[in-house]
Amino acid sequence: MGLDTVSSATAHPESTQPFAELGLKPDEYQSIREILGRRPTSSELAMYSVMWSEHCSYKSSKVHLRQFGEKKPVEGWPQLLVGIGENAGVVDIGDGWAVTFKVESHNHPSYVEPYQGAATGIGGIVRDILSMGARPIAVMDPLRFGPADAPDTRRVLPGVISGIGGYGNCLGLPNIGGEVVFDATYLGNPLVNALCIGALRHDEIHLASAKGIGNLVVLYGARTGGDGIGGVSVLASETFSEGGPTKRPSVQVGDPFMEKLLIECTLEVLHAGLVEGIQDLGGAGISCATSELASNGEGGMHVWLDRVLLRDPTLSPEEILMSESQERMCAIVTPADLDAFMAICTKWEVEAVVIGEVNNSGRLTVEWHGEQIVDVPPRSVAHDGPVYSRPMQRPAYLDALQADVPDRLSRPATVEEVRSTLLTLIASPNLASKSWITDQYDRYVLGNTVLAQPEDSGMVRVDEVTGRGVAVSTDCNGRFAKLDPYNGAKLALAEAYRNVGVTGAVPLAVTNCLNFGSPEDPEVMWQFAEAARGLADGCLELNIPVTGGNVSFYNQTGTTAILPTPVVGVLGVIEDVAKRTSIAWSEGDVIFQLGETRDEFAGSEWAHVMHGHLGGLPPKVDLAAEIALASVCADGLGWFHAAHDISDGGLLVALAEMAMRSGVGAQLEPTGDLFVWSFSESTARAVVSVAADDAQRLTALCASQGVALQRLGVVAGDRLDLGGPIVTIAELRDAHEATIPALFG
Amino acid sequence: MTSRIGVVTYPGSLDDRDAARAIRAAGGDPIALWHGDADLPDVAAVILPGGFSYGDYLRCGAIARFAPIMEQIVARANDGMPVLGICNGFQILCESHLLPGALTRNDHLHFICRDQTVRIETTNTAWTADFSAGQEIVIPLKNGEGGYIADDATLNMLEAEGRVVATYVGTNPNGSRRAIAGITNARGNVVGLMPHPEHAIDALTGPTTDGLPFFTSVLTSLLASR
Repeated sequence: MGLDTVSSATAHPESTQPFAELGLKPDEYQSIREILGRRPTSSELAMYSVMWSEHCSYKSSKVHLRQFGEKKPVEGWPQLLVGIGENAGVVDIGDGWAVTFKVESHNHPSYVEPYQGAATGIGGIVRDILSMGARPIAVMDPLRFGPADAPDTRRVLPGVISGIGGYGNCLGLPNIGGEVVFDATYLGNPLVNALCIGALRHDEIHLASAKGIGNLVVLYGARTGGDGIGGVSVLASETFSEGGPTKRPSVQVGDPFMEKLLIECTLEVLHAGLVEGIQDLGGAGISCATSELASNGEGGMHVWLDRVLLRDPTLSPEEILMSESQERMCAIVTPADLDAFMAICTKWEVEAVVIGEVNNSGRLTVEWHGEQIVDVPPRSVAHDGPVYSRPMQRPAYLDALQADVPDRLSRPATVEEVRSTLLTLIASPNLASKSWITDQYDRYVLGNTVLAQPEDSGMVRVDEVTGRGVAVSTDCNGRFAKLDPYNGAKLALAEAYRNVGVTGAVPLAVTNCLNFGSPEDPEVMWQFAEAARGLADGCLELNIPVTGGNVSFYNQTGTTAILPTPVVGVLGVIEDVAKRTSIAWSEGDVIFQLGETRDEFAGSEWAHVMHGHLGGLPPKVDLAAEIALASVCADGLGWFHAAHDISDGGLLVALAEMAMRSGVGAQLEPTGDLFVWSFSESTARAVVSVAADDAQRLTALCASQGVALQRLGVVAGDRLDLGGPIVTIAELRDAHEATIPALFG
Repeated sequence: MTSRIGVVTYPGSLDDRDAARAIRAAGGDPIALWHGDADLPDVAAVILPGGFSYGDYLRCGAIARFAPIMEQIVARANDGMPVLGICNGFQILCESHLLPGALTRNDHLHFICRDQTVRIETTNTAWTADFSAGQEIVIPLKNGEGGYIADDATLNMLEAEGRVVATYVGTNPNGSRRAIAGITNARGNVVGLMPHPEHAIDALTGPTTDGLPFFTSVLTSLLASR
């Protein structure tokens, strides 16, 4: 078939079009025809199909995500400089500094091609941060895999880790944390989420809008190739590539060196004041960048598509519009600044070309060698896609699942049994040391990393003079979310908030990556809606806004969906990173538990590892207690010697981690039921150690904030002494450090 | 002029800011150098920083050695100007034939980032004079291709002439021959080092401050040679 132009679309209105193969529903196709008053050209169809995909349009989640903007304090969020809807939200951290952070999923590509899938996941999120005008300063990766000993996990995990390291290390961004969690439900659908943090001055914020009639649209970075076509929707089939290469991979191929050049080049043109608007090219490529820029700006844009620099000269216009080739950016530049812009691109050996011009026509028009192939209202492509209120149904299994409480499971009765349970737990894949993984990531580059794995949060210095910095943690216990998605999402939020708080940083903002099964399954859709509602309510209670995020649906193999996994990232600010509290305690410290322990084992690591059990209701959520705990830890800056949140595995696991981190043991004084004391996963708790002289001060501080305090013992020796049986640090390390290398090394 | 130390930025250099920070911490003045400039400005010493110059898609450092600025750096180094190559910089020094041998893929085939104990084997270089011989230090190591390799004759010569600057203590992290972490040229002014002293100048952001003497050493030796 020849070139399908606007005039041929008008002249031949009844040509049949492959909308279904492109992932569009019949009624969606009909809407496009109504918007245009004719059938779309094949190029227009290509654009709508990718932009109206679930990934780009959030058509199934939009009605639920609105609450993140709507549930807010009457006075709004003072710390929010840019809210949801831009490439990433921007948060005021004081002294004229701002940070932007966001997490995104790259789940399916990483399953198909683990190395490139994970690598380009990093690349994409870094460009999102860059397009806000920020210098990327750190990355983190929340990961979920199938059982650690499953053959396919051995295929996927090493590739994903190499891809994250290969791309991130070469880019020069420290990897400061994340998560690695194993569960059977992720076997056919691992989760590879990537988070990036960027820093900028308040006056450096840039937005994706094409302002200024007559301004030029410059595409720069890597050339456009045939990779990732339809990556956000479906693979383009033979219809688009008669005579050309067919069946191209839907996974993009990353070039971290080009991305590094793109970062430096972009920051230089931004700082030189040469950019009126900027947008990264990720999912949906040029279709997304041009329609969003035009829609957010003067409302019109004309594009000369044949000017796009190509890696493969046989690409058709439809393919160029849909290509998701990596390492590309789009900038709006005034004609007067163009030469200066191009000179900086040349300095960094980055190719650039003017592909379009901003106008006030209200239309996005695209021509190909003089023929008009696209003429659409840009807003209809970028923002006014379909919106669905999908059917929801509380899962039929939920009552039985919640009734199956863990009380019947046999519990360790003696101190010796508690000791052996501890050793089993810290050697289990979810709690075992992840050094084999994190040692493949550069955590030192840029020279501002203050805390990284295995600390509770990653922390980086933003201002080298004042020491102002940020802490970030991502968390989610998918088992809790399965038992109760509403409270499970709140628990993920609470844990991330606590992990930031224990370092002494003040939590400020939230990002999220909501990983779920198919939205077309009403039970999955119910899980999603409940989790979104829980997260929005929780953020309001904690008084911190969601600044952006990502939804990833269709994470399922056959009819088995993954555990609902609403990964939550919390960012906090700390005035002087030199004062932060780590998890390493010091000889002679007095150890306390802050917060209250209840008999709570549903969804716990103990039930999972020792009994393979999942049932009951997750631990109680108490966000007021979380706020009080974080407030105490912020007041402890400078005199708390160590603080560590108590979560997966409970108190004894937290104590073991602190002993291994510092190389000093503890003389412990367990109270109450030893098993509950050791392994319960009650929330709003932390271990804190202080100098003996400061014990009274801590007691008074906790009393003033209404935080329960319990003395646990003193830091001493080379072992954890439970008042009878002991476990040496050497034994702990042997158990903790052997598991992952034995499986993957 | 004796405190002006250049740091070259190649496309893909990553630890250039860190090297500049380390120079400043030692009391020197870091001068940014651009790979594409043919003229070397007025500097008394040069650091080639870590990173992935040109993506290291060919052999590490193989393209960077042809950067325009390298011609004068090589010439000045041969005249005695102190040059320190860290990680990718070490690879570039080997590719430039300022140092013998080569760096190959880690024997375990993974990138590794960890706090590494190394022993300073000689203080007779421009970059290690402020250490004591045999001193053990802990500085970050982070590389994918850090295995030092040379033929036995070269390795014997390096050891016999006291040109092994530092060796790994404990587990050899990357399969380097004779656990070599760094070497120098015959004159002692050019040093290549696989681990990263510039990441160990401040206990807040590094494991130790053990890396700082590399940078004070060069300032000391520059003053002494005036």
